[in-house]
Amino acid sequence: MPENFRLDKGGLINRNKKISFTFNGKKYFGYEGDTLASALLANGVHLVGRSFKYHRPRGFFGAGVDEPYAIVQMNRNNEVDPNVRATEQELFEGLEAKSVNCWPNVDFDIGAINNFLNKFFPAGFYYKTFMWPKSFWYKIYEPIIRKAAGFGAASIKHDKERYEHKYEYCDLLIAGSGPSGLASAYAAAQNGARVILAEDKSRFGGSLLTSDVTIGNQSGQEWAEKIISELKSMPNVVVKNRSQVFGYYDHNMLVMSERVSDHLPKTDKYIPKQRLWYIRAKEVVISSGSIERPLVFGNNDAPGVMLSSAAKEYLKIYGVLVGKKPIIFTNNDSGYETAIEFKKNGIDPIILDTRKKASSEIIKEAKELNINIKFSYVVVAAKGYKKVNSADIARISDDKKNLSNIENIKCDCICVSGFWTPSIHLASQSGNKTKFNEEIDAFIPSQSKQKETTLGAANGVFTLEETLKTSFEKGSELSKQITNKENKVSVPTIVEKKSSSHDKFWCVPLPEGKNYKRFLDFQNDVAVSDIQLALREGYRSIEHVKRYTTLGMATDQGKTSNLNGLQLVSDVENKVVPQVGHTTFRPPYTPVSIGAIVGREVGKHSKPTRKSPMHYWHEKNNAVFVDAGVWLRPRYYKQGNENLFEASKREAKNVRQNVGVCDVTTLGKIDIKGPDAAEFLNRVYTNAWLKLPIGKARYGVMLREDGIVMDDGTTTRISESHYHMTTTTAQAANVLSHLEYYLQLVWPELNVNVVSSTEQWAGAAIAGPKSREVLQKLFPDLDVSNEGLPFMGYMEGNLFGVHAKIFRISFSGELAYEVNVESDNGNYMWEKILEIGKEFNIQPYGTEALSTLRIEMGHVAGSELDGRTIPYDNSLEGLVSKKKDFIGKRSLRKSAYVEVDRQKIVGVVPLDKKTSIPEGSYIVKDAKAKLPNPKLGHVSASCWSVEYDNPFSLAIIKDGKNMIGQKLFAMSPLKNKTIPVEIVSSHYVDPKGERVRS
Amino acid sequence: MLYILCPHCGLRPQTEFSYGGDATVKRPELNKEISDQDWDNFVYLRKSPRGKHLELWQHISGCRQWIKVERDTLTHEIFTTYKASENT
Repeated sequence: MPENFRLDKGGLINRNKKISFTFNGKKYFGYEGDTLASALLANGVHLVGRSFKYHRPRGFFGAGVDEPYAIVQMNRNNEVDPNVRATEQELFEGLEAKSVNCWPNVDFDIGAINNFLNKFFPAGFYYKTFMWPKSFWYKIYEPIIRKAAGFGAASIKHDKERYEHKYEYCDLLIAGSGPSGLASAYAAAQNGARVILAEDKSRFGGSLLTSDVTIGNQSGQEWAEKIISELKSMPNVVVKNRSQVFGYYDHNMLVMSERVSDHLPKTDKYIPKQRLWYIRAKEVVISSGSIERPLVFGNNDAPGVMLSSAAKEYLKIYGVLVGKKPIIFTNNDSGYETAIEFKKNGIDPIILDTRKKASSEIIKEAKELNINIKFSYVVVAAKGYKKVNSADIARISDDKKNLSNIENIKCDCICVSGFWTPSIHLASQSGNKTKFNEEIDAFIPSQSKQKETTLGAANGVFTLEETLKTSFEKGSELSKQITNKENKVSVPTIVEKKSSSHDKFWCVPLPEGKNYKRFLDFQNDVAVSDIQLALREGYRSIEHVKRYTTLGMATDQGKTSNLNGLQLVSDVENKVVPQVGHTTFRPPYTPVSIGAIVGREVGKHSKPTRKSPMHYWHEKNNAVFVDAGVWLRPRYYKQGNENLFEASKREAKNVRQNVGVCDVTTLGKIDIKGPDAAEFLNRVYTNAWLKLPIGKARYGVMLREDGIVMDDGTTTRISESHYHMTTTTAQAANVLSHLEYYLQLVWPELNVNVVSSTEQWAGAAIAGPKSREVLQKLFPDLDVSNEGLPFMGYMEGNLFGVHAKIFRISFSGELAYEVNVESDNGNYMWEKILEIGKEFNIQPYGTEALSTLRIEMGHVAGSELDGRTIPYDNSLEGLVSKKKDFIGKRSLRKSAYVEVDRQKIVGVVPLDKKTSIPEGSYIVKDAKAKLPNPKLGHVSASCWSVEYDNPFSLAIIKDGKNMIGQKLFAMSPLKNKTIPVEIVSSHYVDPKGERVRS
Repeated sequence: MLYILCPHCGLRPQTEFSYGGDATVKRPELNKEISDQDWDNFVYLRKSPRGKHLELWQHISGCRQWIKVERDTLTHEIFTTYKASENT
C-alpha cells in the first residue's frame, strides 16, 4: 500500500531506508526515523483504538508523551509489551503492534454499544450501580468490568528481557533537551560541571526541531545539532536520548528510565531492554517544556482531531500530512504556525480563531500566504464516526456565550490549539509550591523546596530569546557555585516571530438542542457533563472531583486534560483557578515498566546466596539444599532412591547410634573483646556470666527490652577478655546490631568491641556416641577424655596442620563437639573428619536430621523463639537470674507473663503413634466444639522420633506445665486433619541430659 | 531516597542505613526500681511528631556506627547529624 500522506521531501527521516511493519495484522511501510504513529499517519491510518469507557473510535491526538489515545500492544522479540504509546515507539523492521480495548477488532467493536448507552454511564457510575447486591460484585460485575475496561493485556509469562539499574552522581541533571536544556547544559559544561542531559525522544532539540527561528546564523535545528555534538565530545557531560526523567524524590534523587533497546527489533545479548538510572544531582534543571492545551467542543475526540503542535511535528519531523483539508482551530498564534507549514506544502487550511481580532508577525505572514482566516469563529462539533469528515462551525459572540451562523464545512482533520501548559510535573514532585500565572492561564513553579530550577516553557517563558538568555545565565550560575569556575558564554542573536496574546476562551458552548459529548480527559472518557454532574452532586474539592470522575487519572495523568478540568470547575463554581488548586503530581511522569523497576533483582539475583566453604563437597555428595535465610544449607544427603523422610531418618538414627557430621558454618559468630566483656555479657544474657572460667562455654538466652526472647546460643571465654559468641543463623545480623546499640548508645562506658566473625570460621558439628573417638583421632595429641574436655569445655588444637577451635557443645543432645577452622580450611577439615570417621560409620547429616534430633530432645530453636515467647514459655526460666539485672528483665514482671496458667512448651505424641502432626496445628480440648474452637496453643515443630520410631511434636500451650498426661486433639484445618494426641514432656529423649555429659 | 550525612563516613544514600527509632528515649538505669508505668512508657510509648524528630540510624553497610539524625518527618529535610557520643 503506498503512503498517501507522506510528502515527497522534508522531515528528519531517512528516506533511503524503508521499513516494513504490521498493525492489526496488516502490512505497511515507513522509514527509518519514523515513530509508529507517524508511519501509520503517512499511510492514512487514523483509527487506532477504542476509548476506555464508551469504546468510541480514537486516533492520534499528540506526537509524544502526552498522547492519550494511541496506546498499542507490541509484540517484540516474542514478548508482549502492553500500553506502548505509538507516538513514542520508534519504527523498526518487522515491528508488530495491535490496538487495545476493542473486540473483535478496532473497526468493529462490540463494546461501542456503551457509546449509545452513555446515558447510563455517568460520572460515578461504578459507585452508583454496582453497590448491591454485594454478592454480585465478585462473580458478575467485576469480571464484566475487567473485560470491558482497561487497555493492553499483560503477559502471564516470565519476562525474559533484561533490565538494569544504574546509580549516578552529577553536578547538574538537566531534564529535557529543548532550547533551555541545551543552553543551560552548554553553559554548565563550559564551567567544568559534571552534567547529565536527558531527552525523552530519540532526537535532541525539543521545540527547536519544529520552530521557524534563527540562532546566530543557523536554523534552530542546526544550532541544536551543533550544541549536542559539542556536548557529546566533552568528558564531563553525559548526553542521553530516549531517557525520561520521571520521578523527583527526596534529597535531589531523580530516577530516569532509559529505553535502551525498545527501538530495535530485538535486544542484543547482555544489553538491557531498559535501564533505570538513579541520579543524585547537586542541582536539577527542569527544562521539560510545555504541552499544548486542547480546545473543548462537541465530539472533540473523533479521529482526526489533534493538537496543532502535533500536526506541525508530523509535518516538519516526519514529512507527514495528518490531513489534506485541515481546519485549524485556535485561540492563539501557535495554530497559525501549523497553518503556515500546511500552506508551504501545498495544502489549504482554514483558520478559525476564537479571538475577535489579533495582529502579529505570524498572523501577518499567514495573511500574506492567503490563508483563509475567520476571526470570532469556533468549531461547534466534529462530524464523522471513525474519522472526521466535516465540522459544524459557527460565529461566536463577543461574550463567547452565543453561537450564530452555524454551517457545516468539509474537512479531514481539525488541529486544535488552546495555548500552552508548562510541564511542571517534576517541579511539583520536588515539593515546589507552584503558583498560577494569569497571563498564561496555567501553573508555573514558584518556591523551590529542593535544589531545582525550572527554565523555558516549563517555567511559562514562551519566547526563545528570553529562554536562551536566562538558560545560559542559570546554567552558568548554578555550575559556578559548584565548580568555582566561570567561562562566559555569549548569547547568540536570535530571530523569531513575535506572537500576540492568546484568548482565554477554551470551551465551546453547546448549540441549542444539541447534546454533544465534549471531552476533557480523552483517555478516561471524562466529558464536561461528567464534571458538571459531580459538582451538582456536591463534590467540591478538586481531589474529590478527580477521583469521582477519574479526570486525569489515566496513564497519561491528564497531561492534556488537567487544566481544562480546573477551568471548568472554577467556571461552574465561580472561583478563580488558583482557588480551586491543582491535584498533586506524583511520579512517574510517564508509565514505567515493572521490569525496569525490578531491574536485575529477579530469580537468583533477588537476594544474595551465601554458601559455606564445604558447599561444593555437599553438592558432589548429593546434598539437597534448602534456603536458610540467604544461606544454602544441605537439607539431606540423598542415597539411592531415598526421599526426604527416609534420608533424614537414616541420618538422625546414625547420629544416635554412631556418629554424624553437620555443616554448622552458617551459625552467627561474633567476636567480643575488651576488659568489660564479661560485664557486658552479664547485661545482655539472662543468666550469670561474671564467673565463666577461661576455656569454658556457656549457653545463654538474650531478651528484647519487652521480655521476649531474641536469640540463644553459646558463648565461650577464649581468654581473659576475649569471648566467642554464637547466634542462630537467622538472627546473626540483628544480634550484632543489638550489641552495637547497647555499646554505642546505652553503655558507652563499657570498654568492649564486637565484630562479626561468621565468615571467618567454618564449622562442623561431630555428634553421636562415637564422636569422641573421631575427635581423638583428629587430634591425637590432645586429651579429649570426659575429664580433659568436659561438657561445655573448649580447647584449641592442630588438625593435621590446621589451627582449630574445639567446643564441646551439643544441639543434638548427644555427646558432641563443634570444630571451627579458618574458612579457607573448611573443606580440608570436612574431608578429614569424614576420612577419619569412616571406621566409626560417620555420615553427614542435613538440617532435617538436625531438626529431628533437637526436637525430640526438646531443644528450642527459631520455631519456638518466634518473637512471641518469653523464657518461661520455652522452659528456659532456670536460666533467668534473680540476682542481677539484664536487658528485658523488668518486663518479665508483667502480669500476663506471670499468670499461673501461662503457656509453656510441651511434647505431643499422636495416640495411634503413626499420624504425623502438621506444624502449625492447633491444640484443642474438644475436637467437636463449635467453631471457632478455643485453642490452647499451637504445634511449633514436628519430627519423626528416631529414638522411639513414632511421630513427635513440640507445642506451646496454655498451662503447659499442668497438661502433661492429658489427652487432647491436634487440629489442622489447612490439612483437614484432627489427630487425638497425648501431651508429654518436651524432653522426650534423655530427659536428664546424661548423653551430652557422657 | 534520603541522603544521610554519616558523621564518620560522609554523605551516603539511605540504603546503607537502617532505622532505629526515637533517639531521645533513654534506657532506665540498671538495678534501679522503676514503676510499671515508667517502664511501659520506655518500652512501648513513642511520639510520632510531625516536623523535627531526633532519631537513630545505624550505618549498617558502612562503619556500623549508630548515629543521631535530626530529620523533619514531613519534608524529610535533614538538619544535623551527630555521632552517638555527641550531645544534641
